[in-house]
Amino acid sequence: MSARPLVALIGNPNAGKTSLFNALTGARQKVGNYPGVTVERHAGHLHLPHLGEVDLVDLPGSYSLTPASPDEEVARNVLLGTQAGEKRPDALIIVVDAGNLAQHLRFVFELRALGIPTIVALNMVDMAERDGLTLDAAALAKAIDLPVIATVAVRRRGVEDIKEKLDALLAADAPAWASFAEMPLDERTLAARRAAKAAVVHESVTRDVTRRIDAVLLHPIAGFLILLTILFVMFQSVFSLAEAPIGWIEAGIAALGDGVKAALAPSILRDLLTDGVIAGVGAVVAFLPQIVILFFFILLLEATGYMARAAFLMDGLMARLGLSGRGFIPLLSSFACAVPGIMATRAIADPKDRLVTILIAPLMTCSARLPVYAVIISAFIPARQVAPAIGLQGLVLFGLYLMGIMGAMGAAFCLRRTVARGGTSHLLMEMPRYQWPRTRDIAIALLQRAWIFLRRAGTIIFSTTVILWVLLSFPRVDAGSGQSQIEHSVGGRIATGIEYVVRPIGFNHDIAIALLPAMAAREVAVSALATAYAIDTPDEAQMSGQLASHLGTRWSLATALAFLVWFVFAPQCISTIAITRRETNSWKWPAFMVGYLFALAYVAAGATYWTAVAFGLG
Amino acid sequence: MRNSPLNLAALPVGARAHITHVDWDSIDATSARRLRELGLDVGVDVEALHRGSLFARDPMAVRVGRMRIILRLVHAAAFHLEPMA
Repeated sequence: MSARPLVALIGNPNAGKTSLFNALTGARQKVGNYPGVTVERHAGHLHLPHLGEVDLVDLPGSYSLTPASPDEEVARNVLLGTQAGEKRPDALIIVVDAGNLAQHLRFVFELRALGIPTIVALNMVDMAERDGLTLDAAALAKAIDLPVIATVAVRRRGVEDIKEKLDALLAADAPAWASFAEMPLDERTLAARRAAKAAVVHESVTRDVTRRIDAVLLHPIAGFLILLTILFVMFQSVFSLAEAPIGWIEAGIAALGDGVKAALAPSILRDLLTDGVIAGVGAVVAFLPQIVILFFFILLLEATGYMARAAFLMDGLMARLGLSGRGFIPLLSSFACAVPGIMATRAIADPKDRLVTILIAPLMTCSARLPVYAVIISAFIPARQVAPAIGLQGLVLFGLYLMGIMGAMGAAFCLRRTVARGGTSHLLMEMPRYQWPRTRDIAIALLQRAWIFLRRAGTIIFSTTVILWVLLSFPRVDAGSGQSQIEHSVGGRIATGIEYVVRPIGFNHDIAIALLPAMAAREVAVSALATAYAIDTPDEAQMSGQLASHLGTRWSLATALAFLVWFVFAPQCISTIAITRRETNSWKWPAFMVGYLFALAYVAAGATYWTAVAFGLG
Repeated sequence: MRNSPLNLAALPVGARAHITHVDWDSIDATSARRLRELGLDVGVDVEALHRGSLFARDPMAVRVGRMRIILRLVHAAAFHLEPMA
């Protein structure tokens, strides 16, 4: 723990806290976890004119110090100084939405009693003005007895004033901080209303933009169709927009592999570098563009305020399955990755409701499946237009996503009536007003997500790829014996065992090899196939670009389809199992999850294979 | 006003009303606290904004002050109202 002063940002959700955090710290942030809990910790540095560097931490958005979720609990513990891994902040910046003061000031009156030197950032004053509110920061400061600075985080307005004020608050000779009495909830509500009234100089009636947009987007029928259209556009874009950048990355990886091959003398080490590391990790890194595009859409939906509308629209349907619209956001996040999705289920109040949402989250098609789907689809599905702007490949991809969703709905329906019966699901959430997304905030979040993906590629995927290469390369076959290296290796012999189990559902030896390492992470299946072919056919260029054409010649269409369907359901991700263990605090539920998903995958892949064979595609 | 005929679950879309009484006992403690922290309490004005979608009349969206809140009808039914002009 550093001796530097620590400043914490806190406020209600939707106060524009993250934008202000970005404006204060810039792009250089550290994203980690609080020890022992799965709450993300966002930290950065802030340079003050006099004091120099101070640490800044962005606490999870909270409505009060009485926590309703693990995120709010971490925020409270940090503020009370009882959170492991974080010292008690030396100063607070409380972020309030200028357009919603009566609500946000309630929390200010609660935080005020903590006795920590505090600045109130009156944020989004420009938005408040748009809504016809003229505010007086000085009058507000007087009403709440705390320093107030008007800010527009997106335009960095007020940032320098905050820094100066922090300097004054943290200075060694700063006057002792005033103490405020604790107030019960009723009193805080009244005080907040009074203070908000004092701060508003003028309030004029303006057209309510959010109301107009909601008239369309929350329309019982049109709103629902728009939601479906948004999801469809999202998944089409993941395929079509990523095509060019994927090509560039693949070309770069191929060039790198050739360069290394030319520079080094033939040796085991050279094989490990080219066949293991570059072919394996490269095959996964090539999917960065698709992951970035998917996260871009999810961040955009969050930043504009649309996510809460999606929850509203989906709640009626989710309620029939025994879930709540709240579960829609974690499930939609699971399209990027089930791990943050399962973490996001903590916003669901009812434990049974939450458990079922966790159990079905892995059925949402996460970004790690994309590399697998993409390779198989480009190898077996012709790139044909079936209608203007609708490609067959995109349509198949959409079908796979849909299959996951249907599977999840069926599973939720059954689970809620069997193992997770009872309890009542609720939906209780704020619906923020619409906002134009801030490019800078989206860019920073996107960079963080891309970095996390690449770090995974560099650690988990790298090590499993190397281990797999070793397993498939030893013992070596004698030169000229005509035997396949893979069949002869340790890995090949293990795969033969797996093949025995998966043969009935149309899986071949290649797939058996890919399934085991794919337990670490699904996308490893692609690098495993790439590594396997690289080892087996050392004379050719084996980079991922060629993988698709290899598969096209070696697998039947029925096998390929069964393989795709397997990946819709199979729980092949150690991280998801680990996070389920942590979030349900038992081994029972992750074990149950793995069991039912593997059973589902086996049956569905088998049914697909035999149906396809019956239609003559075997 | 305990037997007020109008409750929030029945408030038509677009209508505004004043909360006169809340059956806090009919709501679990955690939800009750969160509802109050979101500003739904005796003495405030509410407006019904939206109601359900293709599949159900549940949930509803209401406006309280400058906040928009989504809640299920089972919670909304606890809020007793007095109609406003």
